[in-house]
Amino acid sequence: MSWFRRDKPADENRPAPENGERRVRTEGLWQKCEGCRQIIWKKDLEANWSVCPKCGWHSRIDALTRLKLLMDDGEFEPFDVDLRSSDPLGFVDAKPYSERLAGMQRATNLSDALISAAGCLAGRPIQICSMEARFIGGSMGSVVGEKIARAIDRAIDLGTPLVIVSASGGARMQEGAVSLMQMAKISASLMRLDEARLPYISVLTDPTTGGVTASFAMLGDLNIAEPGALIGFAGPRVIEQTIRQKLPEGFQRSEFLLKHGMLDAVVPRLELKPYIARALKFFAA
Amino acid sequence: MVPEENPGAQPESHPAWRRVQLARHPKRPHSLDYIQRLFTDFQEVHGDRTFGDDPAIVAGLAQFEGNPLMVVAEQKGRDTKQKLFRNFGMPKPEGYRKALRVMQMADKFRRPVVTFLDTPGAYPGIDAEERGQAEAIARNLREMARLGVPVVVVCIGEGGSGGALALGVGNTVLMMENAVYSVISPESCAAIIYRDSGKAEQAAAALKLTAPDLLELELIDGIIPEPPGGAQEDPDAAAESLRQHLRRSLNQLDGLSPDQLVQHRYAKFRNMGNFFA
Ligand SMILES: [Zn+2]
Repeated sequence: MSWFRRDKPADENRPAPENGERRVRTEGLWQKCEGCRQIIWKKDLEANWSVCPKCGWHSRIDALTRLKLLMDDGEFEPFDVDLRSSDPLGFVDAKPYSERLAGMQRATNLSDALISAAGCLAGRPIQICSMEARFIGGSMGSVVGEKIARAIDRAIDLGTPLVIVSASGGARMQEGAVSLMQMAKISASLMRLDEARLPYISVLTDPTTGGVTASFAMLGDLNIAEPGALIGFAGPRVIEQTIRQKLPEGFQRSEFLLKHGMLDAVVPRLELKPYIARALKFFAA
Repeated sequence: MVPEENPGAQPESHPAWRRVQLARHPKRPHSLDYIQRLFTDFQEVHGDRTFGDDPAIVAGLAQFEGNPLMVVAEQKGRDTKQKLFRNFGMPKPEGYRKALRVMQMADKFRRPVVTFLDTPGAYPGIDAEERGQAEAIARNLREMARLGVPVVVVCIGEGGSGGALALGVGNTVLMMENAVYSVISPESCAAIIYRDSGKAEQAAAALKLTAPDLLELELIDGIIPEPPGGAQEDPDAAAESLRQHLRRSLNQLDGLSPDQLVQHRYAKFRNMGNFFA
């Protein structure tokens, strides 16, 4: 299939796999593919950006790997790396939100669930935001909202396109209505980007649900998704509980959304960069 | 005497939970109860011109104290038949698209927009997902930000997450005294954090979802007082209170140019967020 890297000549639009600085893995050298259930050599999987070389199954990749995939030479300049939530509700569940945040920050080496950056994609300067699903489910609170709004401000100031890669369960419960209002805040900023006639490409990856889908993820000039990603407003379990019936096969997957007119394309991971590059070339003339 | 329809509202319960119950009180005035009392010449309009008409959202032309405006509101039902007809106030994509259509009509004819929020949330169902519930809400958020007319939003009961916010991008956002506005229902929140939807009272307190909470967080502009015991005790008095605040809000926005209104609304939402830089 066309998105396999192996045995294909590298071309300039195709991202190079990240060969350096592999983390030392303790959990073994082999991994079972969720798609074909075959045992894959981990290095093969990683060299193929976590797309199964046998069946094309897309495993999740983190926000940093995503930027390395899309940006020229894997290089970018991050912004607002120290922006941290101030826990406006003083929220406590199983543990205080402030402790949960601190733990996540240590585990991911990120201040919150999104990296915002500037860099070049196929030679063209862009602003890009990449969400981190491991950070409290990639949920959107004040920091995610503010970092995206600032990225949009920079795009408008510099006249560059915007790319946002979503991976999120939605608004962050622990920041209550403050999280909810980030949906309106980002969407209002996207109105200004729209007025400035600057391109915005939304890339939806597994999973993109809730308040993220119901705001910026669905507002791209182009909305494109990776194969098999869960994309929706309500989560599948909530829908099942509401209607008390089994959901159809493939419901809320990328291909389902494409069929129902919600996406411009389903684009395999290794085709994403050339796809975006072609689109930006068209928009930027 | 505790109203029999409201058995859970014990005097000792947390104030936030009491407000959740008042916001959902079966006798609480719904949008059409206020529309009937506040506006004259209300003329309902229907349909999204694409799929259908959603009874969970009512929209129409109206006169407010002699001035024409557009009203768009989420509508719950009172008896079982009405509840089913209104889908318990849970809009589908065609509802949000109808709302956007009429708000853009208001923009075209330079009429102010008044919206009432009162929903447990956008409908979570297969058909809603198929027709793009997320897209419909998202589009409303962006396009409401672009309206060159005054937009006054009043959360009259339940402000259920994105399903409420989809009509909520206003120059002025007000809440009735016993309304609630939340990112997630207390029951769903409790199911996630305590693995027990019965602990909704605790979740309601943690979520900071009352009108005073949202005012404190600088997410709303004001609170509209309700008669003693709540709006259901005296709907006429509640409507009169709402009328005064609506008049004041519309007067404050009167005279701003379309560009100023867009800028004002944008700046208001752009400033929402709490973080350490
Ligand atoms: Zn496989």
